[in-house]
Amino acid sequence: MIKKIKNISLYTFIGICCFIVVAFLVWILGFIFIKGAQSFNFKFLASLLPMIVSTIVMIVVSILIATPIGIFCAIYLTQYAKQGKLVNAIRFAIESLSGIPSIVYGLFGMVFFVTALHMGFSLLAGSLTVAIMLLPTIIRTTEETILAVPRSFAEGSLALGASKIRTIFRVVLRSAKTGIMSAIVLSIGRVVGETAAIYFTAGMVPRMPESIMDSGRTLSVHLYLLANEGLSFSDAYATAAVLIVLVLVINLTMHLFSKNREENL
Amino acid sequence: MNTRKIKKEVLVERTFHGVFYLAAILCIISLLVIGGFILYQGYPAFAKVGVVSFLTGTVWQPLAGIFGIAPMIVASILVTIGSLIIGIPIGLMTAIFIAELAEKRVSSIFMRAVELLAGIPSVVYGFFTLMTIVPLIDKFWGGGGNSMLAAIFVLGIMILPTIITVSANALRAVPESYREGSLALGENKLMTIFRVVVPCAKSGIFAAIVLGIGRSIGETMAVMLVAGNTVQMPHSILDRVRTLTANAAFEMGYASGIHVNALFATAVVLLFFIIVLNVVLTIINRRGRENL
Repeated sequence: MIKKIKNISLYTFIGICCFIVVAFLVWILGFIFIKGAQSFNFKFLASLLPMIVSTIVMIVVSILIATPIGIFCAIYLTQYAKQGKLVNAIRFAIESLSGIPSIVYGLFGMVFFVTALHMGFSLLAGSLTVAIMLLPTIIRTTEETILAVPRSFAEGSLALGASKIRTIFRVVLRSAKTGIMSAIVLSIGRVVGETAAIYFTAGMVPRMPESIMDSGRTLSVHLYLLANEGLSFSDAYATAAVLIVLVLVINLTMHLFSKNREENL
Repeated sequence: MNTRKIKKEVLVERTFHGVFYLAAILCIISLLVIGGFILYQGYPAFAKVGVVSFLTGTVWQPLAGIFGIAPMIVASILVTIGSLIIGIPIGLMTAIFIAELAEKRVSSIFMRAVELLAGIPSVVYGFFTLMTIVPLIDKFWGGGGNSMLAAIFVLGIMILPTIITVSANALRAVPESYREGSLALGENKLMTIFRVVVPCAKSGIFAAIVLGIGRSIGETMAVMLVAGNTVQMPHSILDRVRTLTANAAFEMGYASGIHVNALFATAVVLLFFIIVLNVVLTIINRRGRENL
């Protein structure tokens, strides 16, 4: 009897917890969408254009910087490195980089890229800062997918007389393509959501950026400033809705890639 | 094959080996440069104020040159603990549901919901809390609503995806034979989960919690929007507080001179917390690997 009560109450507890998670997701999405839709119009969208462009520039530049470095690092770790102190140090560095709070990246970017390297508050300084933040995710995801490529693929290529480099680029990376793509999509999500690190490096000028040396305000920074000023909550709702739509699109793309990967293997 | 071609191939091989090596080393260099610059900028404040009085001082008056971050350290720790009190039970139970109880279709729908939660930008979480929870707190208890409680709420939700995904993975990794053994001995499914599977997945669940702590203590924007940012030793959960991250971010816009150094020194303290967590995590992961 006691056991039965215990059982039922535990099941109820688990049920409540799961309900909270789902209910919260529905609440936040519903709240932002309904409030956002009320204040959404074309005039607003036009005023948002500089922020959208800044966000896109930030995404493209940071990913162009981070992806090759991340992939090369993953190649080194999987294809060249021998277990030892150096690999341990690299792994520790990657772990630490993924743990550093974004505000610390922001402060670092401000003193290093903005001040010491004289880039000023610019999209380039922001992208470089964010690129470092993206490295751990890209490295880890790429590593996992490279390790999932059957060893026989590379052996076959080597046995046919292809050089190691050729094998890596033509066989290993090609087989790991969808994994790398999903790492990139994941990174896009991180850039879209990042605020603290960008705020202190790319600045917050709400103007259309003319070059990557210009300061720019990304969507999340825009939302933060609107919410903090408290002057126009309707614009803030609409901006939040745009951000959530972006996140939904990114998640959907992610899902397509992972489905693709499952089918390919 | 002529020798020139071979020579060229060897050169290409070596160059790329070098490039790959450089990319890997760049991770270490980045970490050192980041740590170095933050330390270098924070050092003058430590030197002037003194490490002990900086850490234990309870007064923060930048204009008077008094820098004590004890209230921020306490606030950060309390907010983190509070978020864990919300996040661990909800996260762990959901992970158990996803990994052990739900059928495959339901659990994959749940996983997608969790992925979505993970993808929502932190500033959206902060804004949402500012517009919903903060007015609620104000309505019930007064005081404007910007409070430690609001910060705890938003962080408790924000660490859920981390706790759920990492512990669900840990639960899934427990060999099926353990469950079968317990079931064969006559234990029911739920008791099998709590007495056998969860203890076996212990190290993974700890790792999930440590990652959650890291996320909680490092979060800036969401906390800054809802916590009130007043520097004071918190006496109640409804007090306005300022966390370490918020301190580093809040005044940077207008700080100058030694004040900037003090803000960087706050970041050094933050970095120290993160490094400790990282070391703990490494130890947990190593133990987990040895146990399996």
